[in-house]
Amino acid sequence: MTATTNRPGPGPITRPAKPNLLYRPEFRQAIYQIVLTVGLLFAFWTIASNVSDNLARQNIASGFGFWNRTAGFDISQSLIAYSNQSTYGQAFWAGLLNTLLVAAIGIVFATILGFLVGIGRLSSNWLIARICGAYVEILRNLPLLLQLFFWYFAVLKNLPGPRQSFSLPLGASLNVRGLYLPAPVPGPGFRAVLIALAIGIVASFAVAIWAKRRQRETGERFPVLWTTLALILLLPGAVYIALGQPLSFEYPALRGFNFQGGIAIQPELMALVVGLSTYTASFIAEIVRAGIAGVPRGQREAANAVGLSKGLTMRLVILPQALRIIIPPLTSQYLNLAKNSSLAVAIGYPDFVSVFTGTVLNQTGQAVEVILLTMLVFLTISLITSAFMNWFNKHIALVER
Amino acid sequence: MKRATKLFATAAAVALTTAGVASAQTLDKVKKQGTLSCGVNTGLAGFSAPDDKGNWTGLDADYCRAIAAAVLGDATKVRFVPTTAKERFTALQSGEIDVLSRNTTWTLGRDSSLGLSFVGVNYYDGQGLMVKKSLGVKSGLELGGATVCVQTGTTTELNLADFFRQNKMEYKPVVFEKADETITAYQAGRCDVYTTDASGLYAQRLQMQQPDEHIVLPEIISKEPLGPSVRQGDSQWFTIVKWVHFAMLNAEEAGITKANVDQMANSTNPDVRRILGKEGEFGKGTGLGADWALQIVKQVGNYGELFEKNVGSGSRINIARGQNNLWTKGGLQYAPPIR
Repeated sequence: MTATTNRPGPGPITRPAKPNLLYRPEFRQAIYQIVLTVGLLFAFWTIASNVSDNLARQNIASGFGFWNRTAGFDISQSLIAYSNQSTYGQAFWAGLLNTLLVAAIGIVFATILGFLVGIGRLSSNWLIARICGAYVEILRNLPLLLQLFFWYFAVLKNLPGPRQSFSLPLGASLNVRGLYLPAPVPGPGFRAVLIALAIGIVASFAVAIWAKRRQRETGERFPVLWTTLALILLLPGAVYIALGQPLSFEYPALRGFNFQGGIAIQPELMALVVGLSTYTASFIAEIVRAGIAGVPRGQREAANAVGLSKGLTMRLVILPQALRIIIPPLTSQYLNLAKNSSLAVAIGYPDFVSVFTGTVLNQTGQAVEVILLTMLVFLTISLITSAFMNWFNKHIALVER
Repeated sequence: MKRATKLFATAAAVALTTAGVASAQTLDKVKKQGTLSCGVNTGLAGFSAPDDKGNWTGLDADYCRAIAAAVLGDATKVRFVPTTAKERFTALQSGEIDVLSRNTTWTLGRDSSLGLSFVGVNYYDGQGLMVKKSLGVKSGLELGGATVCVQTGTTTELNLADFFRQNKMEYKPVVFEKADETITAYQAGRCDVYTTDASGLYAQRLQMQQPDEHIVLPEIISKEPLGPSVRQGDSQWFTIVKWVHFAMLNAEEAGITKANVDQMANSTNPDVRRILGKEGEFGKGTGLGADWALQIVKQVGNYGELFEKNVGSGSRINIARGQNNLWTKGGLQYAPPIR
């Protein structure tokens, strides 16, 4: 080394020798990551083995052996066949489906209501804007549990008993035990009506695609909405009448203590859906308002300048751009709604937490397994929702040019 | 979410901290802390409920006091931990409480797979059914098709299913986490029937808006021996908690009451002298003082006194002694002798 520095001028250029393996950044990074991973694995292993040792020492049953044992309790509402002779595993699924049902209905209602209120808050109509503003401020600032109690106990108490129930149009009844709707009973030939409906839906998609292409090529617009409505409503309707109305209804009737027959919607489900969706809608409304307000003014002015009507401006110019801002925070609200549905236990709706983390945990006493599974379930629901929303976000994002 | 968090916390506590708790002697821990952590009901009149001054009253709450009197010599050294039906076992398993004294039914499943041991029966109960008088129902067998309000995580839920299944009747359960919400829903007419242990039905009827409008049906559909439980693996603590109950029974049998305990201490009756620690050294074997039973009776009372004060003739609930009378008076309460 000294020789080279002492003698300047031409000669073999000596590049600095390759550093020792230990000093190479990639190597170091890899080492750090391996150490961290091993450390984490060891920590998890310690916790797991500690838990199982301690449970064994305390003589507390562990493992998932309970899964196939008879549950012995009943669930008031189940989307799958369930009785008190079913297993804990079936109780798990019954509870999970009830949670998914509430989450799905809640998300749909919350989105519709949230968009209406959010757009309404920006309305130039003073009254509408103020009502929507008040809605948002009241609902998002009260604790959700309180709202659920309000919908359940305050509203429930004012409904009449089964023998004095309110009769609603179309043979439905409302009382303190729930909402009873006539159940459709398909007769022979009803399948043809369903097929007609399917054809109508496919055809309306085809019309929409065709109309879009025609508009792009010729600039002429086609009344897609009306054609679609006609295809979806009139086509199956015509088939239904032509076949002699092959659908009868089973009406709920008072027998014994309660209404029997028809479709019964529990008050717990109604209160939960109303509570969750009105609460979440207040947040969604603000997200929607922020999204719309976030679209530059120039866009609206430009749309006015080319002569688009107010409705078309909203639909074609503002909303597509606003959606880019709206979707990511909207996802969080959907996740919140799904997680908040676990408050169902307070008002007696048999959701996943009530059935599995409540009754099953208590009857089996296996807190560790049940809580782990519960966390896993909520994590899975949330990750799937979030994955779908991310896909949707990518799909609607405007391509920047 | 709050409840879920609490459950999660206790589950995590089971996962992480039990190693210390299981091996430690509960008696030493309690003595060192100077207070007894006792899991009680969040509110069941007659068994454990806070009164208007915030003091816990009831048969189960007094059991906690009796243990504190025996162990610490001071019945007031109790930290009451209100637990729901759902949380109670995890609270005991995790070491959050030293004893669970919360109208809990003794069953084989709970005794064998939850890591706890029931020490005895301080109240013999059975599950009953309550309906509104206006329904015109006279028997549980007329309840086919009824809707039933019930509290989650209890043997009640299972007995209910068994009762309807056995009698081939349909029913709809509506399940709540807390007793208050269950009763509110029943009173709002959400359910035709409210079911829980018969003692609970009588106690809760008192707090209803119109107690006279509700009747308890004659059927008792299960046996519910209610008693305190402790963690498995600490036989010394198990023995102490068990004998606190026996001491109260023996005291009643020997005629020792809160009022006359000091005179009785000078009695010549060998039985009384042994109970009150004047003869023999029975406290020592369990790590307690010689006067452990004397302190229980002096500061809290004997079993009969507690029964009458909390759920019997001295209370608004006014339940007859019945099965809970001493064996000498035709009941089931029987204690091994102190000798």
